[in-house]
Amino acid sequence: MPAMTKTAEPILEVTGLVKHYPLTQGILFKKQVGAVRAVDGVDFALGAGETLGIVGESGCGKSTVAKMLVNLEKPTAGTIKYKGEDITKMSGRALKAVRRNIQMVFQDPYTSLNPRMTVGDIIGEPYEIHPEVAPKGDRRQKVQDLLDVVGLNPEYINRYPHQFSGGQRQRIGIARGLALRPEIIVADEPVSALDVSVQAQVINLLDRLQSEFDLSYVFIAHDLSIVRHISDRVGVMYLGRIVEIGRDAEIYDHPTHPYTQALLSAVPVPDPEAREHRERIILTGDVPSPANPPSGCRFRTRCWKAQERCELEVPLLAVPAEFRLTTDPTAHDSACHFAEEKHVVPTDDLDDGVK
Amino acid sequence: MLLEVRDLHVEFRTRDGVAKAVNGVTYSVDAGETLAVLGESGSGKSVTAQAVMGILDTPPGKITGGEILFQGKDLLTFKEEERRKVRGAQMAMIFQDALSSLNPVLSVGDQLGEMFTVHRGLSRKDARTKAVELMDRVRIPAASQRVRDYPHQFSGGMRQRIMIAMALALEPALIIADEPTTALDVTVQAQVMDLLAELQRELNMGLILITHDLGVVADVADKIAVMYAGRIVESAPVHDIYKAPAHPYTKGLLESIPRLDQKGRELYAIKGLPPNLMNIPPGCAFNPRCPMAQDICRTDVPPLAEVDEDRRSACYFWRETLDARND
Ligand SMILES: Nc1ncnc2c1ncn2[C@@H]1O[C@H](COP(=O)(O)OP(=O)(O)OP(=O)(O)O)[C@@H](O)[C@H]1O
Ligand SMILES: Nc1ncnc2c1ncn2[C@@H]1O[C@H](COP(=O)(O)OP(=O)(O)OP(=O)(O)O)[C@@H](O)[C@H]1O
Ligand SMILES: [Mg+2]
Ligand SMILES: [Mg+2]
Repeated sequence: MPAMTKTAEPILEVTGLVKHYPLTQGILFKKQVGAVRAVDGVDFALGAGETLGIVGESGCGKSTVAKMLVNLEKPTAGTIKYKGEDITKMSGRALKAVRRNIQMVFQDPYTSLNPRMTVGDIIGEPYEIHPEVAPKGDRRQKVQDLLDVVGLNPEYINRYPHQFSGGQRQRIGIARGLALRPEIIVADEPVSALDVSVQAQVINLLDRLQSEFDLSYVFIAHDLSIVRHISDRVGVMYLGRIVEIGRDAEIYDHPTHPYTQALLSAVPVPDPEAREHRERIILTGDVPSPANPPSGCRFRTRCWKAQERCELEVPLLAVPAEFRLTTDPTAHDSACHFAEEKHVVPTDDLDDGVK
Repeated sequence: MLLEVRDLHVEFRTRDGVAKAVNGVTYSVDAGETLAVLGESGSGKSVTAQAVMGILDTPPGKITGGEILFQGKDLLTFKEEERRKVRGAQMAMIFQDALSSLNPVLSVGDQLGEMFTVHRGLSRKDARTKAVELMDRVRIPAASQRVRDYPHQFSGGMRQRIMIAMALALEPALIIADEPTTALDVTVQAQVMDLLAELQRELNMGLILITHDLGVVADVADKIAVMYAGRIVESAPVHDIYKAPAHPYTKGLLESIPRLDQKGRELYAIKGLPPNLMNIPPGCAFNPRCPMAQDICRTDVPPLAEVDEDRRSACYFWRETLDARND
């Protein structure tokens, strides 16, 4: 996978992205009493051909970011630049052209597929909006090719979504996302519903398509092993913000933000022998409500390191001062006043024995 | 034994033909025990669970054989009304697809409360209090404010936790959790699994956990059943399977797990496609994808052979598979 070259212009650049959902009271005369701050100031860049993984607590705003990237939600504030142009300000034909190039694969294979359409119609639907990609006569063949590409039997083209298992439906969603041969795919938990072997097939497929077509991915998932496998860089979100971002080894082997450390330590290890001697960082306290996030650092209410400064001062997402002079992997963006390195991913020396 | 499924068969009759989704599943779970059901997507894990719960889509689904013994009684002989009494109160299910299982036009508080008004005869006000308690228990922040919100206003993970709250409401003897944590991040997943485990101990519940996450299975399961094309292909205590699988499909699954501490090139994946259930290959259903397949695998269905006392494998070559691990 190509590493992000710092000089190349990013294909996508997100700055100050915010999405607030109004909280209303009253039935007839809705009165706004507050807002769910689903996304509250997110910045990142995506290089051409790069994969950015996004992980984080459920409800931290990952899907909301994804929906804004593909224009399903309008940002409350901020810009999303595609090849230098702000798509949040586009409309009409320009917007349509951009939308073709940024496609989404959804989290929920049950609700994102229309139950009354055949699989062929679902996967071919994007061609109705963009007929220039596939002339009518070619569509059936194209759809069958896509089915084959995602590991579904092309004979299934006339079946309905309910005739498929959860995992099979997820593959239908991926096939649809690929239909228009976009430049960017925003994948919101595309493999969560799959068994590990099919998951491996889909991940290998995404890898292959990426090098073949120079695709860029924003890849959202809860499975940190999968994210590591596919991503060049990884951003960790907490309560509407990115708290740490860097190359995959920086985040996994040298995390400096306590939330990232807790997250990595909680990953279940596929080895029942490890049950007893695992060192998990158990987070105490509840996830704060995004309608009323804590002052200062949002993670402080659950952080074992929190001090007064964390309550008063919002930590910025930047290379922490103490690591700024080094060139080692600890020197990456981390929004913590007390950032320090901690190894949480156990390295299995036995397996690495063969050199 | 709390629940025993014996030789269960389920078919779906569709316009295109008959899909044999479950072809002789046998598994059991005791009070206080956790059985993890693993397997290919489409292998019939959810359909088996739906048959146990009595919520199978019939038609097109049809149970064509077998028994489902719950506390010694065959549920398949029950009338729908008796079945309904068992459901919710004595066994509950946590679904894979939270959004479509929750009612979109009822607030989550009303849906949780309904469990108590309908089954326990509580007043609306008391039921509301219980609902908030349950939401707290599954760690929904600001539960007392959010109890009036509708399902679409919650994130995917939160909806899943609400489903869990609903299943736990009446403290049933058996919980079937169909991928309960697929939509959750690992910290919440850890909390939810801890919570499930705690309640399981407290109430001595049996738990059937359907999941793709072999990490979670390693963490919580007592025993494992692996499914392929509507059959159990291997069943064993959790430690045995991870140490040395006795079926080539299980072996392929374990080898496909991506690892947190490594960034390999390409992930191992079992080659080929899962079988078309309307046209399952003769012999062992896994044979077209199996690296060990011999002639007999293409003609004769392998029986579930005894590997040792509490371990079974439906492979003619389970000995070779066990040994292959040490190469
Ligand atoms: N339409 C909406 N109205 C009000 N609040 C919403 C709406 N959609 C999302 N939210 C809230 O915004 C926050 C972020 O939701 P989002 O779906 O982006 O989370 P997520 O990170 O994708 O979580 P998960 O991992 O569980 O999928 C949550 O608190 C959610 O309840
Ligand atoms: N209503 C239905 N009509 C026709 N076929 C069905 C129906 N419901 C399920 N099936 C078929 O039965 C098979 C088993 O489905 P099931 O949902 O049990 O799979 P699963 O093992 O739970 O898979 P996953 O891991 O993807 O959830 C699938 O091949 C599916 O296509
Ligand atoms: Mg989401
Ligand atoms: Mg299922």
